[in-house]
Amino acid sequence: MSAPDTFLNRLTEYVSSAVDEPSWIAARRQAGAARFEALGFPTRRHEAWKYTDVSRIANGEFALPKDAELSAERFDALRLNFDAHRLVFVDGLLSETLSDIGALPDGISVEPLSKALIDNHEAVGGQLGRLANVDFSPFAALNTAFAHEGAVIRLDAGKVIEKPIYLLFFSRSGSPVMSHPRVLISAGANSEAMVVEHYVGEQDAANFTNVISEVFLDRGANLTHYKLQEAAQSEFHVSSLHVDQSRESNFASHNLNLGGALVRNDLVCDLNGENAETALWGLFFGQERQHVDNHTQVNHNSPRTFSNENYKGILGGRARGVFNGRVYIKRDAQQVRGYQSNANLLLSDRAEIDTKPELEIYADDVQCSHGATTGQLDENAVFALRARGIDEQTARGLLTLAFANEVMEATRLPEVAERVERAVAGKLPERFNLEGLVEVSE
Amino acid sequence: MLEIKNLHATVEGNEILKGVNLTINPGEVHAIMGPNGAGKSTLSAVLAGRDGYEVSEGTITFDGKDLLELEVEERAQAGLLMGFQYPVEIPGVKNIYLLKAALNAQREARGEGDIPAPEFMKLVKEQIAFMKMDPSFLQRAVNEGFSGGEKKRNEILQMLILQPKLALLDEIDSGLDIDAMKVVAEGINSLRNSQRSILLVTHYQRLLDYITPDHVHVLVDGRIVKSGDKSLAHELEARGYEWILEESAA
Repeated sequence: MSAPDTFLNRLTEYVSSAVDEPSWIAARRQAGAARFEALGFPTRRHEAWKYTDVSRIANGEFALPKDAELSAERFDALRLNFDAHRLVFVDGLLSETLSDIGALPDGISVEPLSKALIDNHEAVGGQLGRLANVDFSPFAALNTAFAHEGAVIRLDAGKVIEKPIYLLFFSRSGSPVMSHPRVLISAGANSEAMVVEHYVGEQDAANFTNVISEVFLDRGANLTHYKLQEAAQSEFHVSSLHVDQSRESNFASHNLNLGGALVRNDLVCDLNGENAETALWGLFFGQERQHVDNHTQVNHNSPRTFSNENYKGILGGRARGVFNGRVYIKRDAQQVRGYQSNANLLLSDRAEIDTKPELEIYADDVQCSHGATTGQLDENAVFALRARGIDEQTARGLLTLAFANEVMEATRLPEVAERVERAVAGKLPERFNLEGLVEVSE
Repeated sequence: MLEIKNLHATVEGNEILKGVNLTINPGEVHAIMGPNGAGKSTLSAVLAGRDGYEVSEGTITFDGKDLLELEVEERAQAGLLMGFQYPVEIPGVKNIYLLKAALNAQREARGEGDIPAPEFMKLVKEQIAFMKMDPSFLQRAVNEGFSGGEKKRNEILQMLILQPKLALLDEIDSGLDIDAMKVVAEGINSLRNSQRSILLVTHYQRLLDYITPDHVHVLVDGRIVKSGDKSLAHELEARGYEWILEESAA
């Protein structure tokens, strides 16, 4: 039996259990399944998968989750504890008891996909899969075949939501399961929101999460998107985030990856209207035998669009990282500014990084730059910190974190910053960003 | 405070220090002078605990402890702080962070709790003003893009905040113009008290115009060949090191 069959057999099992679906989604499910069957899992012969071998996923046995049971203790142990509108998914299934959407302003909705498919299926149907169709990758096809749960966030024009919207995807320990969540964010003109997607796995979890997020930003909309990925050390995490930006819209992505045995993130950002702006911050931290692959693609399809991308990789043990960043400037898309930087820190001799910036420019009046660097900790700096009384382990942690400084400074959510600090540097004697602690005005 | 006995040290198999003896009592300021290659920086490095320096013989006792048994950070926590000749740039770590983390690391080693934020702010504000540094330096990365003078002021600022028992200042005057030297010297002088000791390692006498040492030692070819009071420094200034080399060779 070939690998796709194992997965598609699950689909038969799955479809028979799905009820009350609109007919269009059943049709897409079939299209996704057919596409996946035809493509199969990617191999390293595919350029986009050259450095990432997914056979561990392809050969895996992942059941479908049966329930979303989770005790408050287990939930509290791993969730981010902050004031937010919250949807919680356990192994991909909605947990009504742990979700707490709270009161939302008029004109803003945060719903589980399963509910939106029934209540609001025409609007959802018009956008779901528009940016991430089944041809994007075999994983997108597979996701489409199974897509049933996730989150749908809609903001009407001019609506601003103060508190972050928190989507927690909780992965339980136990026998391996797979989930294929979908996130759809549709922000009306001049609306404003912050969305936090948090993927976290219990220590012994060995699940496969394959998520697709689609973001539509209407004119002047402003969205800050955090993705905090803390999958367990034996988990597989594949994701793609697709962003469609109209004129004057503003998008900021904070793609923070700490966990997972095998991680692949794709980010595709289309700047489709003048003065659309995107800022892509990324951090990937790998240890032991972790493999973290980030592929980003910024398409400047319109003149006067701006992108700034800064990815930091930190790899220890025998970890392996991949950064592939493509910046594309369409013909005659003049006065574009596109900057990209990828810096990597190798903490051991056996850690490895493959970094590949790609610039494709078809306009002449543009400002673009890209750069990639790889280095090691400065031992003189380690000594200098120790010579001030800071112990060696902390000194190394601190300098490792300091390497990701720009990304850390951009991480304005303290609860998220703390998770990253703790993972990368261990327990530090002080909060890393002391800004504001000391008022130095005269 | 510090007692160095018959200290021999090698770097890559070459013996650089060949039996250094030095005793520094609380409250004293000592200056070690010497020509290039005499072993001044090796002595500083051994005291600070740098890698690559092997002590083949002798002992160093600091405040009753065997210094050579202490890790780099333990030396600092015990109160021996080194001011570097070439302060290293630490991108991404803010000055304010270093000051607070270092101070709290010391306090923790002494079994004290973290310094309360208002107290820390007050302390930092006072000392940064004293060192004639702009408060914006606190939010900048440690030494990053600092001029030579600013880096040295920053070293002294750390001393003023961390209040060591023994301040070891390695060529602290190198790269300083006269105004910066005055500020740095003023900072060092303000560290002086009856309990704290200071060891200045310097090639030139000019720093000693601003900081009057109690004792001056001349290090030549890995040994202290002559000790005296501040007048010895003036004599070296006037006559150079030649006569001492001849005297010690005789």
